[in-house]
Amino acid sequence: MADRAVKLVIDQASKYYETRTGRVHALDRFSMEVASGEFVCVIGPSGCGKSTLLWSMAGLHGLSGGRILVDGRPVDGPNAQIAMVFQEANLLPWRDLQRNIELPFEIRRQPPDRARIDGLLERVGLSGFGAKYPRELSGGMQQRASIVRALSVNPSILLMDEPFGALDAFTREEMNLLIEEIWLETKKTIVFITHSIPEAVFLADRIFVMSARPGRLTRVFDIDLPRPRDVEVTTRPHFVELVAEIKRSIEHKPAARAA
Amino acid sequence: MASVDRELKDTIPTFGKGGDPAQTVDISNWSGLASELSLVKTGAEWAAILLVAVLIIGGGELLLRLYEVPTYIMPTPSQIVGALIKDFPAIAPHVGHTLVELLTGFAIGATIGFVLAAIITQFPFAEKIIAPYVLLLVTTPMLALVPLLILKLGFGYAPRIIAVALASGPMVMINSATGFRRVDLAKIALARSFGASTLQIFLKIRIPMAMPMVIVGLMVGSIFGLLTAVGAEMVGGSFGLGNRLTYYSSLIQMPQFFACILILAMIGISIYVLFYWLGKRWAGWEA
Ligand SMILES: Nc1ncnc2c1ncn2[C@@H]1O[C@H](COP(=O)(O)OP(=O)(O)O)[C@@H](O)[C@H]1O
Ligand SMILES: [Mg+2]
Repeated sequence: MADRAVKLVIDQASKYYETRTGRVHALDRFSMEVASGEFVCVIGPSGCGKSTLLWSMAGLHGLSGGRILVDGRPVDGPNAQIAMVFQEANLLPWRDLQRNIELPFEIRRQPPDRARIDGLLERVGLSGFGAKYPRELSGGMQQRASIVRALSVNPSILLMDEPFGALDAFTREEMNLLIEEIWLETKKTIVFITHSIPEAVFLADRIFVMSARPGRLTRVFDIDLPRPRDVEVTTRPHFVELVAEIKRSIEHKPAARAA
Repeated sequence: MASVDRELKDTIPTFGKGGDPAQTVDISNWSGLASELSLVKTGAEWAAILLVAVLIIGGGELLLRLYEVPTYIMPTPSQIVGALIKDFPAIAPHVGHTLVELLTGFAIGATIGFVLAAIITQFPFAEKIIAPYVLLLVTTPMLALVPLLILKLGFGYAPRIIAVALASGPMVMINSATGFRRVDLAKIALARSFGASTLQIFLKIRIPMAMPMVIVGLMVGSIFGLLTAVGAEMVGGSFGLGNRLTYYSSLIQMPQFFACILILAMIGISIYVLFYWLGKRWAGWEA
């Protein structure tokens, strides 16, 4: 990674939520650096603070401690360099696809970049679906539309929060291939959250493993599988080995289990 | 067949976190009231409804004539329609008065109700304080205030318009508030992540999201407004359809009396159809 500029720095990020029943310690001194154009996955058990981390990167909420830098500048609110893809496509049901995708332009009071949008729709196989409403589309199509929405404003960083968690296995596999292709073509910096280890191994350059709440960084794995990866790769011994090793590393975190 | 499908659909919760948004189907189920019209779908069903109407009207005509029921007890349908046509020039101005009261009062009440709902739901504490008073306004028949209003404001439009506003406003408000309370944090976060301001989030996320319930509130509120307008006209004053009802019944002119009721029914149905249509347009996205 030394040959590439650092795009994203997370430095000792901590986050508490104040709730009626007391403080929830969601994130504990989490640090990572992501190089420009790198694809990193963050995995960890449900409720460990993954979304909390991602929302902080997107500037949707502040940290209780530590800081996050994008291109060397601290994040203190939503940033035009960053776009998010949410769990369950998160399309607005009262808008058709075209108007859903134009939402970011509308918010920024810019004319929509029609050529770019059409190109992206074509790329993900949604040409001609602009007038459809979300409810008329399958979960996979909805999620592809939400990826187009995120990419339409040409961000340099894509934050994806368990984007394919709600999809069936086949669609999920398709989406994994698609997102890798798009990443290879566009060289965006991607931070991708998942709780599927094989998905993380398939997609990532590096995998950051988090502990149960409060979310702490426990291990980092370099995934040296060659690119482009295809479905074939998932059957290779090295892939299976990596998955097993990561699984072991999570199971060998007795702190969560004993508590 | 169709009714079985509908029942099945009603037992499957279409909202809630785990729900698959792709599964939502029919576009007409956005409120119990609003779905009544959608029960009628096919041409055959419309034909059957017409047939029933013909049977009721024709049968009524026949029976009333057969038993020679005096007009002052119950006029025949043909007498009612006859009176409607013959006396329409005399009744028409009163229709106008009632509509003016209804539209003005409803416009005022609905606007205040909608704005208050939008504001108050942003402040949960204030909402808690105000809620019982709004409930009081919703449940107390505003007609009860009309004699007092007339005492203060005379026999003109003013007391009636105020009564209509008081009847429809709270109805619009509690339904709209229910709509505004349905916050979907993920959608707000989405808009925020693209840099949306609070106002933009309000206009582009919160209002469309509240729309189905707002329209239900407008529909119920306007029908309450019509009831109140007519009731207020019956209490005092010398114009409006409600006043004509008391007038014609005191003169035992029953065909004209029923002609006024027919007009009221048509106004009510028009309101319903208008909001049904608006609902399909603005809230059709919600199954
Ligand atoms: N707004 C909030 N208020 C209070 N607690 C929260 C809030 N958001 C998340 N949490 C809690 O913080 C922890 C981490 O949440 P989250 O980041 O969503 O986890 P993950 O995405 O890894 O499943 C969870 O225990 C969750 O209940
Ligand atoms: Mg999460």
